Amino acid sequence: MTEQPKISCRHLWKVFGSDPAGFLARHGHAPTSENFAAGRHIGAVRDVSFDVYPGEILIVMGLSGSGKSTLIRAITRLNDPTVGEIIFEGRDLLKASPAELIDIRRHKMGMVFQHFGLLPHRTVLSNVAFPLEVRGATREERDARAREMIRLVGLEGRENYFPRELSGGQQQRVGIARSLAVGPDVWFLDEPFSALDPLIRREMQDEFLRLQKLLRKTIVFITHDFDEAIRLGDRIGIMKDGRLVQLATPEVMVSSPADDYVREFTRNAPRDRVLTVGSIASPVPAPLNGVNILASAKIGEAAAIVLASEKPIAVIDAEGRSIGAIDRPAMIRALYPEERP
Amino acid sequence: MNGGGQAMAAPQIVPAPRLSLASVVVAIILLGCAAAWTWPPLQRWPVEWAIPFRDWVTQAFVWFSAAAKPVTRGLSWLLSWPLWLSEALLFRGFPALNLLPLPWVAIVGGTAILGHWAGGRGLAIFCGLSVFYLAIFGLWQDAMQTLSIVLVTVPLAAAFGLGLGLWATRNARVERVLNSVFDVMQATPHMAYLGPVVILFGFGQVPAMLATFGFALPPMARCTILGLRTVPQDVIEAGRMAGCTPGQLLWKVEIPAAEKTLMLGLNQVVMQTLAMVVIASLVGASGLGQKLLFSLQQLQIGKAVEQGVAITLIAIVLDRLTQAYIRKAPEHQATRTGFIARHPHLSLFLLLLATSGAAAAFLQAFAVPPRELTLSYGGPINSAVRWVSKELFPYIKPLRDWLTVWLMLPLRSFYLWLPWPVMLGVLAAIGYHLSGWRLALLPVCLFGFLMLAGFWEPLMLTIYLVTGATILCVLIGIPIGIWAAHSPRAAHVTRGVCDTLQTFPSFIYLIPVIMLFQTSDVSNVIAMLAYATVPAIRFTYLGLLRVPAATMEAAVASGATNWQRLRKVELPIAFPEILLGINQTIMMALAMVAITALIGSRDLGQEIYKALPGADTGRGLIAGLGIAFIGITADRLIGAWAMQRKRQLGLA
Repeated sequence: MTEQPKISCRHLWKVFGSDPAGFLARHGHAPTSENFAAGRHIGAVRDVSFDVYPGEILIVMGLSGSGKSTLIRAITRLNDPTVGEIIFEGRDLLKASPAELIDIRRHKMGMVFQHFGLLPHRTVLSNVAFPLEVRGATREERDARAREMIRLVGLEGRENYFPRELSGGQQQRVGIARSLAVGPDVWFLDEPFSALDPLIRREMQDEFLRLQKLLRKTIVFITHDFDEAIRLGDRIGIMKDGRLVQLATPEVMVSSPADDYVREFTRNAPRDRVLTVGSIASPVPAPLNGVNILASAKIGEAAAIVLASEKPIAVIDAEGRSIGAIDRPAMIRALYPEERP
Repeated sequence: MNGGGQAMAAPQIVPAPRLSLASVVVAIILLGCAAAWTWPPLQRWPVEWAIPFRDWVTQAFVWFSAAAKPVTRGLSWLLSWPLWLSEALLFRGFPALNLLPLPWVAIVGGTAILGHWAGGRGLAIFCGLSVFYLAIFGLWQDAMQTLSIVLVTVPLAAAFGLGLGLWATRNARVERVLNSVFDVMQATPHMAYLGPVVILFGFGQVPAMLATFGFALPPMARCTILGLRTVPQDVIEAGRMAGCTPGQLLWKVEIPAAEKTLMLGLNQVVMQTLAMVVIASLVGASGLGQKLLFSLQQLQIGKAVEQGVAITLIAIVLDRLTQAYIRKAPEHQATRTGFIARHPHLSLFLLLLATSGAAAAFLQAFAVPPRELTLSYGGPINSAVRWVSKELFPYIKPLRDWLTVWLMLPLRSFYLWLPWPVMLGVLAAIGYHLSGWRLALLPVCLFGFLMLAGFWEPLMLTIYLVTGATILCVLIGIPIGIWAAHSPRAAHVTRGVCDTLQTFPSFIYLIPVIMLFQTSDVSNVIAMLAYATVPAIRFTYLGLLRVPAATMEAAVASGATNWQRLRKVELPIAFPEILLGINQTIMMALAMVAITALIGSRDLGQEIYKALPGADTGRGLIAGLGIAFIGITADRLIGAWAMQRKRQLGLA
């Protein structure tokens, strides 16, 4: 990717304890787990570096306590990180003054929360208009924009409802509309669907993908659900004990997990919908035939053809050139990999 | 405390501590008694040895009041203005401007409209009739006088409480200090606030307001702290991510999101203010409280009942209004245009105000309730009281005498005999056993101070009365709580009665007690009983309700009978909660101690009461602190015990 990243995190640390900065300095800014255990400090985010590119959905995934929530709060500066750099549009967010930070939040950032974070005393309209209200928009201006956002998330007709009168899914739609009201460049979502029922969650994920197709935001999305990560993410970062263990596309993660921890997550991943034919094809090109398969196709889409065929089938690139071949055993191995003990 | 070492040696985990506490206590009692027998000052601290703290405090206050005269004068002057305004609005009118006060018809109707807005038709009817009662029984002016103090004090106390609370949430050290100060303030009886206020501000409405203000402040500050603490993290973060400045975050996010808890604080402020305004009649606040005080002192029970009912009705109206507002959940409504459509209640009130105002200009009867229309049921009540005391007293007297002989006298002689080293030592041993050295030192320091100040006998008499009342409260309250927990209908009735009882200003409880029991120690205990049983009932009920259903089902499945289930499963699990109820009972009994001084006693409450007219600030203040000290000691010991039990049950 040659594009400039939208956000770059460099060596981000968030340490909890009585003297976080001093603790890091004492251990040369690279304390080990033993140092943490002995020094009565907790490393919630440890030396995390990554880039988020414009228009991509970056998923940060991890179990509870892995530091993913702390990470998103460090990037948004809801909780200031201990050390590190967050380059956002060419400047270091950690050096932004309180006033600058407020200005950035009012114009460039939107965030959705796990438990919605709606203001109970305000109507749907007023909740959605809230970020515009605090930045000083006139009533007509903010109401018009809020109505537009409410229409976008499909809640028209509920403008005058109060949050407690809505279902969980509807409340989160309000949260989403609110986070989009300022027209942010970067969209942070902190486990937005975790508090919802499985069916509603699914529906909201579709809704989220629909919105992203429309809006093309740069997204940092936190979840503890690997299926959700695979379904939504362009790239996934897996966190464990405050460290970013692996950051890759779903396909790379499933086909070559960095360690056993990642492998454990990917074990039950829907491989047929994650892996592409190109990634499992043998590099020896097969002669073109009546039926060829695009390298970028998911193996689930090609499985029926490959499994029905006695001979290897040619794998072609977008220009129609044969770049490899795939046969029945390869397909079976890809779909049903041998379990390692 | 030479038995302390033994307790320390026994580690907390082994099952031995119970035994060792018992042996330590026995050792303390034996040693203490032996010591007291050999050297009398160890039995009773000689009065001549008392350190004259009270004189020092009195002198300090006299000096301070002289030094602070300009400030206190200025403050009084400042506060007299809003009071003047609310009095003018409610009943005096503006003679200089030739303006009448708000017509009483508008106030009655306005309260009803307010009730309808907050809670619907039922509340509207109740509010309207209650205020109408004030008018029809000729208590209008007194009631409005009381109300105008409430009207001025409540916003003041609420605003300052909110400010203090906000400060505390921003600064941990401030919060710690405030918490300890509030603990003492809330445990100090109402009446003890009056002494210093009289010295500094004299007698009258404004000093009454200030004492009320001081008493009503802590609950608001506490609710502010609690409310802001409990705003969900998501909501605050959403506010910050929306780009709120710190000020916007506070006023647009945190405070509105904490509204319910803040309103609960306001409700408490209103109730405390009303309770205090009545008591403040002792320092010359005119109004209903003063009239009631006169009636009580002249034993005019009929009048006292009329006035007492009026105070109670005001209390219930204010309580129900604020409660209804708290419960009122926001609901969406179709967008309507036009002032009247959007504000139907306000429009109706304005209409009522305009018409009654116009009518009042022509007909005086619309302005103030006409004298010819007032009623009184004081006469029938008086004859009823005479009948009761003649007919019922022969039946009540044996009960009273039985309680006196079998409960009160033995308790009293016991506490008066108890050598002070035994008392302090046993409390210290219990404190150490429950929590550690700090809790062991607390009662020793607090009660030791009172002893050195020469207040041992009233202290013991107070503890005696409170013990008596608590025993009766527990005996009555816990069975009722158990009954309510097992019968929904009983629960419904009990809850209604408890809610109502808790809104009565404490003064009111004296009326029936004098009627039925006349004056004696038993009357004091009965007055406390009526006031203080509610928490024993309520906490027992709640504690039993919180026993997990699965545990109950397991007990039933194991073949437990109802009685076994209650005794072996429910009560042990609910025990920590019941303890907290008993704690509250003790607190309320203590609050009542000072009030019962009005019908005669010899305890700390009486010390406060006696100190009032003579402006003996030191005496009143130390006695007030003494009551607070008993409360704090009981609270800490029982709280630690409940905590220990909870931890053992895995509930903490």
